[in-house]
Amino acid sequence: MSDAIAVHLAPPSPSVPVVTERRWVRRLTIAVALAFLFLFVILPLAVVFVEAFRRGWGGYLAALQEADAQAAIRLTLTVAAISVPANVIFGLAASWAIAKFEFKGKSLLITLIDLPFSVSPVVSGLIYLLLFGAQGLWGSWLMAHGVKVAFALPGIVLATIFVTFPFVARQLIPLMQEQGTAEEEAALTLGASGWRTFLTVTLPNIRWGLLYGVLLCNARAMGEFGAVSVVSGHIRGLTNTIPLHVEILYNEYNFVAAFAVASLLACLALLTLALKSVLEWRHGADLAGGAHR
Amino acid sequence: MGIRVAGVTKAFAGAAALHDIDLAVRPGELLALLGPSGSGKTTLLRIIAGLVEADRGQVFFGGLDATTLPVQKRQVGFVFQHYALFKHMSVADNIAYGLRVRTRASRPSRAEIRRRTSELLDLVQLSGYESRFPSQLSGGQRQRVALARALAVEPRVLLLDEPFGALDAKVRKDLRAWLRDIHERTGKTTVFVTHDQDEALELADRVAVLNQGRLEQVGSPDDVQDHPATPFVMTFLGQAARFPADIRDGRVLVRGKPVPVAASRSQGSPFQLYCRPWHLKPTAPGQGHQTGTISGVRRLGSMRRIEVLRADGAKLEVEVPLATSLRQGEEIGLEIVDGVLFPES
Repeated sequence: MSDAIAVHLAPPSPSVPVVTERRWVRRLTIAVALAFLFLFVILPLAVVFVEAFRRGWGGYLAALQEADAQAAIRLTLTVAAISVPANVIFGLAASWAIAKFEFKGKSLLITLIDLPFSVSPVVSGLIYLLLFGAQGLWGSWLMAHGVKVAFALPGIVLATIFVTFPFVARQLIPLMQEQGTAEEEAALTLGASGWRTFLTVTLPNIRWGLLYGVLLCNARAMGEFGAVSVVSGHIRGLTNTIPLHVEILYNEYNFVAAFAVASLLACLALLTLALKSVLEWRHGADLAGGAHR
Repeated sequence: MGIRVAGVTKAFAGAAALHDIDLAVRPGELLALLGPSGSGKTTLLRIIAGLVEADRGQVFFGGLDATTLPVQKRQVGFVFQHYALFKHMSVADNIAYGLRVRTRASRPSRAEIRRRTSELLDLVQLSGYESRFPSQLSGGQRQRVALARALAVEPRVLLLDEPFGALDAKVRKDLRAWLRDIHERTGKTTVFVTHDQDEALELADRVAVLNQGRLEQVGSPDDVQDHPATPFVMTFLGQAARFPADIRDGRVLVRGKPVPVAASRSQGSPFQLYCRPWHLKPTAPGQGHQTGTISGVRRLGSMRRIEVLRADGAKLEVEVPLATSLRQGEEIGLEIVDGVLFPES
């Protein structure tokens, strides 16, 4: 009896796979997944670069150096430079409040943070137009005071902030909840001020999660089309961001220029992906919380 | 420096509230706050530290009224249950943290901080570990780093929340002796929270027993064990069997037979007599105050414990010498030779 059990419990030798699916099933599923990936991700990405370089380096650089393209790049960088820090501050404040304190309306706040994910960007753009546009709620008051929001930088920035604000907060809330308040309390008993505690204890504990959130937030801020498209008014050289500029060029059958500018966004995506992978690989435990203690 | 807690009350939505706690910790004393979970012992410790604000009442450190002092200004050394070491800092940086965050005027020089850090590492027997990170240490080592970090700021008092709660039995034992040693060397007034009676009784100069937010008794380990103030203290500190008792003509009677326990008054009923396993003595069946069947015999250190099943289905424990001839299944009588009498509540 005991012999029989011993035989059954003997660990399988390494050459025998634990998974029992037939070989052709495994091969087929892998092949399907790869085919999809190729068809829907790699091929389109390749097309962007092939089209962008159709007229060689010269054509590519010329398309990027054109005045309107330069203006679009500058605008996109400006928008990202304002909206990403704004969302870092908002995300830190919201996740700090949600993770470390108990207050009424907490679950409502969590739901609201997710709102931009569930609302179509076009709708959020329209809301800003309805609020700040010439015919909008505050439009005439703003006009009277010489403040231009819709069809100008402030409107684009507002729409971008709205669309991107879940990224940092969503990344930090579970992380901070997981970490609890013990380390902060320890710092306080050791005499550190609240601000000092935040800088020397809280921030280092969430730094990789924060960077991860910033990365995703930035990629979305630079690539946002829907909401920005509604509030920008598509004024060439003035209110066109990179994605809007690509659309205009494409609609004008200026394919090389369109793809050349689009390749910038593609490069940003690849860079984001690479940094994201590095972060996940090197600091996976810190991103998910726990595991490291 | 002594600690005095006066009339501290804290109401929570939920558990672990405190009702009107008065407690004085003597200078240099090692006091245990002992109680079951939810008794409010950790809340009381956190109120002393300033991490939780009391609804009412005051906290004094020596002559200083610390009630309104924020936690940063209270200068307490607090050791957290799960140590709460700064994960991203080395052992040395953890210990030096409290000195580095001081204002420029009161901050020691770099060399002085380094000297203090290595002195404390010596004290907690972790020299050579200064550049390790908390994740590279064992539970017992983390505990010692946490204590060194708390001592670095030269605290007025030392407060420890379940200091050995997360450690395995062997390490616990070692650390107990070590903490006692550190306490004697530093002479800091120390309060530690525990739910482990043995830990409290072995380690502390005095034990404060808490139950449901009320202080049941404060006394030396001998006091609380030999003269428990309430039935809760009696039962919480160890095994206790209960017998209904009366007092007649100044004598305590169980089932009409006298027991050698001093009566608190001359007449009255009903009372409950609480007996420890060593307050009972086996006799012949039918004799003594109680009859029962032996349902188990275990060894406990240098003694044996027999488990006796009473006719009413309740079990009680009796301590007998190691070389006992009693066997499982035997019927025996039990004589009460001592006990603690409480009026029935």
